[in-house]
Amino acid sequence: MATTVPVRLVVNGRAVVVEVEPRRLLVDVLREDLDLTGTKVGCDTSQCGTCTVHLDGRAVKSCTVLAVQADGSVVRTVEDLAPDPDHLHPLQAAFVEHHGLQCGFCTPGMLMTALDLLARVPDPSDGEIRDALQGNYCRCTGYQSIVESIKAGAAAMREGVPMPGAEA
Amino acid sequence: MIPAAFDYERASTLDEALELLATHGADAKIIAGGQSLLPLMKLRLARPDRLIDIGRIASLRGVRRLPDGRLGIGALTSYAQLLDDPEVMDLALMADALPRIADLQVRNRGTIGGAIAHADPAADMPALLLALEAEVVARSATRGERTIPIATFFEGAFSTALAPDELLTEIRLPSPSGSYGSAYRMLEQQASGFAIAGVAAVVGRTGAGAGNGVDDRARSIDDVRVAVTGVGDMPYRAITVEEALRGTGLTDSAVGAAVADITRGISVQGDIHADQAYRTAMVEVMARRALSAARDRLG
Ligand SMILES: Cc1cc2nc3c(=O)[nH]c(=O)nc-3n(C[C@H](O)[C@H](O)[C@H](O)COP(=O)(O)OP(=O)(O)OC[C@H]3O[C@@H](n4cnc5c(N)ncnc54)[C@H](O)[C@@H]3O)c2cc1C
Ligand code: FES
Ligand code: FES
Repeated sequence: MATTVPVRLVVNGRAVVVEVEPRRLLVDVLREDLDLTGTKVGCDTSQCGTCTVHLDGRAVKSCTVLAVQADGSVVRTVEDLAPDPDHLHPLQAAFVEHHGLQCGFCTPGMLMTALDLLARVPDPSDGEIRDALQGNYCRCTGYQSIVESIKAGAAAMREGVPMPGAEA
Repeated sequence: MIPAAFDYERASTLDEALELLATHGADAKIIAGGQSLLPLMKLRLARPDRLIDIGRIASLRGVRRLPDGRLGIGALTSYAQLLDDPEVMDLALMADALPRIADLQVRNRGTIGGAIAHADPAADMPALLLALEAEVVARSATRGERTIPIATFFEGAFSTALAPDELLTEIRLPSPSGSYGSAYRMLEQQASGFAIAGVAAVVGRTGAGAGNGVDDRARSIDDVRVAVTGVGDMPYRAITVEEALRGTGLTDSAVGAAVADITRGISVQGDIHADQAYRTAMVEVMARRALSAARDRLG
């Protein structure tokens, strides 16, 4: 049963094939096989959202997706948001500016979930942002400044601040 | 956490899935969005020998209007797709419930078929579909298609009328004539978001008498449906409450009196979040709120 199967993915714009056991989780394949450690594992029980990545354009909890289920899909992780530390995505820049992070452990998930929301609702209310973050836990910053960061990032994105890499 | 090892097969068509189920039925588990099954497998509370992945069967995804006017919802339609569908969101109880089920990420993957096939006694969708008098379509390779009224679909906690070789393919929602109002009200367990007590209500003045010059508002509310989740070991219709309210106009006092019977004949669950007495009190409150909101939404 421990045989492996090939899984074809496009991860952050790059086509890859990984040989995995069917029971391996997408988050583990991203972190361990593809060295994309920006995506975190917090709870490992589908609650905290720090493992959030985009699968075919929608935010999902990658600790609750088998890598084999993602075969043939497009995956986008937090590493794709900025080409280098000097050129942050406007949403990342807003998190820096508005104290949207403290330890930073929840941040990859916050960013990826917020980008799913902003792709559909470019100018969300505070309530819409808070509803969208239902499945993302922050244990140190507090949500107030995260909501402010997302509002500011959304405004910057609406104004068309140049976005490095693929669009959100 | 890593699930126990299993063999994996992906079906790309419905027929392929049915063949795989016919061959492996009892040892195999279907995986749709995986939002209920994978957490159980990671905790090794579920250890299927084989997973049959139906997640890519395009024909099972999406909402369509059937020739007879009913709404057909493919089993693989995600909560997120339901939220984006104007006809589904026209149903007030769906618009009440969907934005609050799970979270954004889980709604992107969790499917309506998985939500009812899993038959979690505290899940929201079963109560909504019971109140809507939905019909479940099931299919197997050997016996073909059959329809199961939602009222007989749930058989206990995590147990349904589906046979091991059957796939749930579609959920059909009737579109009754006459004027209808509906609502869903629930007390949520704060950490998990699951219902401590959830009540879906659908009330209507059926077509009878329409067009005879009878003022719509003067006709009595002759269709009353109340469905409950989170309270017993499976979701149920509160028949006594429904009977007591039919034809009453659903005044606040009539509703208040009728909901006292909402747990009659039900063994009410008690747990660390809500003991029996509290859950019983809360389901009455949720029923009162759902029924009066549904009444106020009647055209
Ligand atoms: C963090 C979190 C929060 C949640 N909050 C809520 C909540 O607030 N309210 C709520 O109601 N639910 C909640 N859920 C549960 C969620 O709604 C369900 O997990 C989801 O809808 C199940 O669908 P799925 O496609 O992911 O099913 P899967 O996990 O793929 O399957 C579930 C079960 O159904 C079977 N199955 C699936 N599809 C079919 C089919 N077509 N035919 C036959 N059998 C099938 C599978 O074999 C399995 O036994 C939550 C889940 C998580 C992880
Ligand atoms: S690690 Fe996936 S939700 Fe917490
Ligand atoms: S910044 Fe530390 S958990 Fe959110």
